[in-house]
Amino acid sequence: MTPFSFEWQWDIGHIIFFGFLYLVLTIVGLGLSWAGLKTVFQLLGLMWERDLEEH
Amino acid sequence: MKEEHKKPLHRYGMVIDLDKCTGCGACVVACAAENNVSVRPDESDKNRFISWMQLYMITNGKEYPYTEVCYIPRPCMHCEEDGHGNPHPPCVSVCVATATRMDINTGIVSQIPTRCIGCRYCQAACPYHARYFNWWDAYFPKGKGLERYLSPEVSVRMRGVVEKCTFCHHRYMRAKRKAEAEGRRELREDEYITACAEACPAGAITFGDLNNPKHKVSQLIKSPRAFRLLERLNTKPKVYYLSSKEWVRRMADNYLPEELKPVKPLSVRG
Amino acid sequence: MDSALFPEGVSRCSAKKFFLWTLPWILILIWGAVSAALCLWKALNQTNMSNIFAFALWIVFDLGLIALGAGAFFTGFLTYIIGKEELKDIINAAVIIGFICYSGAMAILGIDIGQPLRGWFIFWHANIHSMLVEVSFCITCYLMVLSIEFLPIILENRKLEEIKPFRLFGKNLHSIMAIFAATGTFLSFFHQGSLGGMFGVMYARPFAARGGFYIWPWTFFLFILSAIAAGPCFTILVVKITEKLTTKKLVPDKAVQFLARLSGILLSIYIVLKIADTISWIHNEVHKAGLTFMDFYRGNPYGIWLPIAEIGCAIVAAVILVIPSLRKDPKWLIIASILNCTGVILNRFSFIVVTLAIPVLPFERFWSYFPTWQEWGLALASIAYGVLLFSVAYRYLPVFPKEKELNPTS
Repeated sequence: MTPFSFEWQWDIGHIIFFGFLYLVLTIVGLGLSWAGLKTVFQLLGLMWERDLEEH
Repeated sequence: MKEEHKKPLHRYGMVIDLDKCTGCGACVVACAAENNVSVRPDESDKNRFISWMQLYMITNGKEYPYTEVCYIPRPCMHCEEDGHGNPHPPCVSVCVATATRMDINTGIVSQIPTRCIGCRYCQAACPYHARYFNWWDAYFPKGKGLERYLSPEVSVRMRGVVEKCTFCHHRYMRAKRKAEAEGRRELREDEYITACAEACPAGAITFGDLNNPKHKVSQLIKSPRAFRLLERLNTKPKVYYLSSKEWVRRMADNYLPEELKPVKPLSVRG
Repeated sequence: MDSALFPEGVSRCSAKKFFLWTLPWILILIWGAVSAALCLWKALNQTNMSNIFAFALWIVFDLGLIALGAGAFFTGFLTYIIGKEELKDIINAAVIIGFICYSGAMAILGIDIGQPLRGWFIFWHANIHSMLVEVSFCITCYLMVLSIEFLPIILENRKLEEIKPFRLFGKNLHSIMAIFAATGTFLSFFHQGSLGGMFGVMYARPFAARGGFYIWPWTFFLFILSAIAAGPCFTILVVKITEKLTTKKLVPDKAVQFLARLSGILLSIYIVLKIADTISWIHNEVHKAGLTFMDFYRGNPYGIWLPIAEIGCAIVAAVILVIPSLRKDPKWLIIASILNCTGVILNRFSFIVVTLAIPVLPFERFWSYFPTWQEWGLALASIAYGVLLFSVAYRYLPVFPKEKELNPTS
C-alpha cells in the first residue's frame, strides 16, 4: 500500500496504480478541505463574503 | 513480478503412473493426515469438503466385458503459466491480498492462510478445482484420537480461507534444514518427497525436481506415455500422468469433434 | 407530523401512510440483518455456495447493482463536465441511486468474503496485478465521492438548511461538484471495466477468457459500455416508479428523453461490439481450448436461451429507445428500461454463474446451485435498503428541483 510495506516494488505497475490512487485521494481531500475552509472563513467573516449575498 | 520472469532453479513436480494406480486412496488419506486437513461430521457433501489430493474415477463408457476403469489422483498442478503466456499460475495473479505465490526457487505455489481474506477469486480461476474453501471452522472429532495426529509443522486453517496442496512444503523446509545442518545446499532425491508419493503402495506417484536430469521424474516425463491435464490451456502444470491407454489420454483434455472421436465420459468423485 | 422537514412548496403523504409503506421493506431488511448475522457467526456454510460455485447470488447482485448504479457517474459526467443543463433536474436522483447501489454492494461484499475482518488486506497487501484489487480500490474511492455528492442534497433539507454552517458547506461543495464528478467518472470508468476484466483474465476458464488490448481483455470495455447504456435506464425506471407511486410528475421529459436516447445509441454500439467479441471468442479462445460454442450450453440448465435472452433484451430495448415515437410513449419507455436492465443483469449472471457451472476438466461433473434463504435475505435486503433510503430522501430532501413547477396545484 505504501512504499514502506513489504510487497512494495518500484516498478511501473506500482508507480502507476498507487500514483493514480494517491492523486485521487489528494484531489478529493483538497476539494473537501477547500469547501470546509471556505465555509469557516465565511462564517468568521474573513473572506468570500461576496458569495454570502447569494444566500 | 520481476523475479518471476527468471527461470526457477528447481521445479518440483510429480509423475503419476495411471497404469499402476489402483484407486486405493492411500494418497488421499496420507495427504489429509500430513497436512492437518479438516474433516466434516458428514463428508458426503462432495461440493464443500476438503481434499487436497482428490481421486477421480473414469471409465471408457463401454459395456461389459469391454469396460475399463482408471483412477486419477489429482493434487494441485502447481502451474507455471496462466494460459496466456504470463509466468505465473492462473490463481496467483488474481489473488487480491497476495496470499498465494509461486516460489521462484522451487516452483511450488504456496498459500498463506493467515493472509487470505476468502474472496474465492482463485477458486474461480483454477480450472482443476484444486483449491478448497473452509466453509466451516476447522473440525477434528474430539476423543477419537484425530487431534493427536495433528502435525505441528503445518498450520490448521481457520474458517473462510482457501487452502490447497502445497507439495508438502513443510517437508521441503525440514529437508533443507537438515541439509544446511550438514553443510550442503542441495537436496538429494529421496530427502524431499511428498506424503502422497511416500504412501502410495503401488509406487504410482514419483516426486522430484523436474529440472534435475538425475531425478526420476525428469526422465519419466520424457516417456511417450506422459501427458498432462488440460494441456491445451497452456497452464504448464508440473504434475504429469503416464498412461498407455488412449481413451484415458483423450479424457485429459477437450478435443474438437474433428480432432478425435470423444469417448463417452463417466465420472464419479472419490 | 413531520411536515416541517418537507421541501418547500411540495406536498407529501401522511406520516402514517409513509410508515405503512416502509413496513414491508423494514421486514426484508430485518431478514437481511438476520442472514448477515448468521453468516458472520456460523461461517459461509449458511449459503449454498461451494468449491464449484465460489461466486454466486451475492456476486451477481454486486455486479448487477454496480452496473445499474453507473447512471450516477455517467449523468454526473454529462451534467458537470459536458454541461447538459437539462440533466440538472435528474442528477440528484441519479446520485442517490448510485449511492444506494454502491453502498448496498459494499455491504453484501462485507459478508461475502470468508474473513470480513481481513477486508482491509485488499488495500494493505494489495496485489496490483489483480483486477479485483483495482475494483476494490476504485469502488471504495468512488463511494467516498458519491457520499460527497450526496451530502449537499442532504444539507438542502429545509430544517438543516436553516443552520448556517450546513447551508454554506453544502453550497460550497456544490460549487466544486465538477471536480468530484470528474474524479467519479475516472474511478467509475476503471472499476466498471475491471469488473469485466476480472472475468476476461481467467485465461484457464475458456468460457470467460477473452483476448484484448495489452492487459485489458475485451470484457473490460464491453462492461463499461453496457453499464453506461443500462445505468441511465435504471435511473429513468426508478424515477418513473416514483412518479407512479407519488402520482406526480417529477422530471421534465427533456431530461428523460435525452438519457433514454443516449442509452439507446450506446446500447446499439454495445450490441454490435458484443456480437463481434462473441464471434472472435468462439474462433479463438474456445477453439484453442478444444471446445465448441454449444459445448458450454449442453447438459446443464444454463442453455442457449441465456445468451439469446441477453442479446434479445438488448436488441429490443435499443430499438425502442432509438425510435422517437416509441421512446416518447411512457409505456414503451418503461418496457425498454426494464429490458435494458434485465439484459445487463443476464450478462453479469452469465459471466459469474455460468462460468463456474461449466466444468473445464472433461471428467468433472456438472453441479447445480440454488441460493439458501440466508443468501436471498441479504441480497433482497439491498433492494429494501434502496427503496427505504430513496423513499426517505424523496420525502425530506429536494431530490427533484422541478417538482414544484411540474405540480402547481399541490
